[in-house]
Amino acid sequence: MHVFTDPKNFDAYLSGFLWILKLTGASAVCALVLGVLLAAMRVSPVPVLRGFGAAWVNIFRNTPLTLVIFFCYFGLFVTLGLTLSDDLFRNIYWLGVVGLSTYTAAFVCEAVRSGINTVPTGQAEAARAIGLSFAQTLRIVVLPQAARAVIAPFGSILIALCKNATIVGTIGLAESSTIMKDLINFNGDAVIPIFLVFAGTFAAVLIPTGYFFGWLANRLAVKR
Amino acid sequence: MSTSSVLYDHPGPRAKVRNAVLSVIFGVALLGLVYWIYTKFDQANQLEAWLWKPFAEPKTWTQFILPGLWATLKAAGVGMMLSLAFGIIFAVGRLSEHWWISVPAGAVVEFFRAVPLLLMIFFVFYGLPFLIQGPVPAFWAVVIGLTLYNGSVLAEAFRAGIRAVPGGQSEAAYAIGMRKSQVMGIVLIPQAARAMLPIIVSQLVVLLKDTALGYIVAYPELLARGVNDLSANYGNIIAAAIVMAVIYIIINSLLTAFAGWLDRRSARRAFRIPKQAGPVVMDSTAGTAGA
Repeated sequence: MHVFTDPKNFDAYLSGFLWILKLTGASAVCALVLGVLLAAMRVSPVPVLRGFGAAWVNIFRNTPLTLVIFFCYFGLFVTLGLTLSDDLFRNIYWLGVVGLSTYTAAFVCEAVRSGINTVPTGQAEAARAIGLSFAQTLRIVVLPQAARAVIAPFGSILIALCKNATIVGTIGLAESSTIMKDLINFNGDAVIPIFLVFAGTFAAVLIPTGYFFGWLANRLAVKR
Repeated sequence: MSTSSVLYDHPGPRAKVRNAVLSVIFGVALLGLVYWIYTKFDQANQLEAWLWKPFAEPKTWTQFILPGLWATLKAAGVGMMLSLAFGIIFAVGRLSEHWWISVPAGAVVEFFRAVPLLLMIFFVFYGLPFLIQGPVPAFWAVVIGLTLYNGSVLAEAFRAGIRAVPGGQSEAAYAIGMRKSQVMGIVLIPQAARAMLPIIVSQLVVLLKDTALGYIVAYPELLARGVNDLSANYGNIIAAAIVMAVIYIIINSLLTAFAGWLDRRSARRAFRIPKQAGPVVMDSTAGTAGA
């Protein structure tokens, strides 16, 4: 463990995970907003919006995230000149957030849509039959049931997003996978401890997160 | 319209008019967006013919795209085989009655599902050479990473499938005198595999997308050859990225369509998996964790 007792390396380890945390946080919020909007488009009665939502989902769900992130840097920034911050690393960070959010939004959209689909049609029909308005049907009957069905997939998406954040290292952000690579290259005698510390940190955070969302989804599940 | 049936009634005359008006408004807005992207591309001179011309020349395809595509498919193919084997072994291991098998198998599966794929690829590519005193080819770094990660996800899919096979099946198999290994190999796994086929195939789509990570360790796959190297020669990075994205989308759509076809086909024959319980599967069946 001599590698991590060196304060310089320990700081690098911390800063790597701090980037992952920041990427995950900002992208989760953006992807959630964007994904819910896309889902609203996909279930709307307007064909143009449905087509737009479906196209987005099909494009980004089938393109490798590495390519999306690559495009954000070399396409949007280098070629088209989109600059999101004057600071070099802040700029890469925000480009990464753009890539992660556009990609993850496609999965959020599908989760929300399938959540709405789990609500039996009879629920809405019964709501209308007792005289609830459209807004009341959505607010009181359909959305509360859909929201509970969405918890488990949201958990998976959040976990995947956190792991995917490492890919932003490709375009030059010193996040944890890049830091691990550098530490390995400088400390060939401690390869396994380095890997176990980095992988273990992810596992220690993400495995409980998975169980937590599973527990929450079970607890809030609509019993049918 | 089945998706919106729970949200909307069938539209009446007024709703039809409203929907038509909204269609026009959003259609115009969408065209405006497309035009804005067009002008941005135009300003950056990204629409000039010479940027796209290389894709009409056979040399571009034989020199860059097809070798890259072949490398991608090769890594994906080997990765698929190995992760299916890994998945079956660890699913059976985790269901073992001996705790000294089931606990380590469970720990391995949980661990590799929670670790980013890139971390594993880096460990194999940069770390393993120190341990074995020799280089690790990028191909194997990618394949081993893909196998550990996707194999673990598949192990969970197989386990859910095996547990969902009706109990009478294994009881009947034991009753006619089969041994534990026979019950597993002849009765449970074939039924579980058939019932879980759609999930398995969508995980294979994830695996195929994840081969793009090979670009980071200089494995000459589609992203490395088709976007990086090609644009280094022709200076058309946006055009190249768009063409490669289309290739990825076509391949993955074919795989997804295949999964859908299998799902409809097995709906007639196999039993259906009931709703999943227990901890959240790290990757939704939609294949979230892809890279």
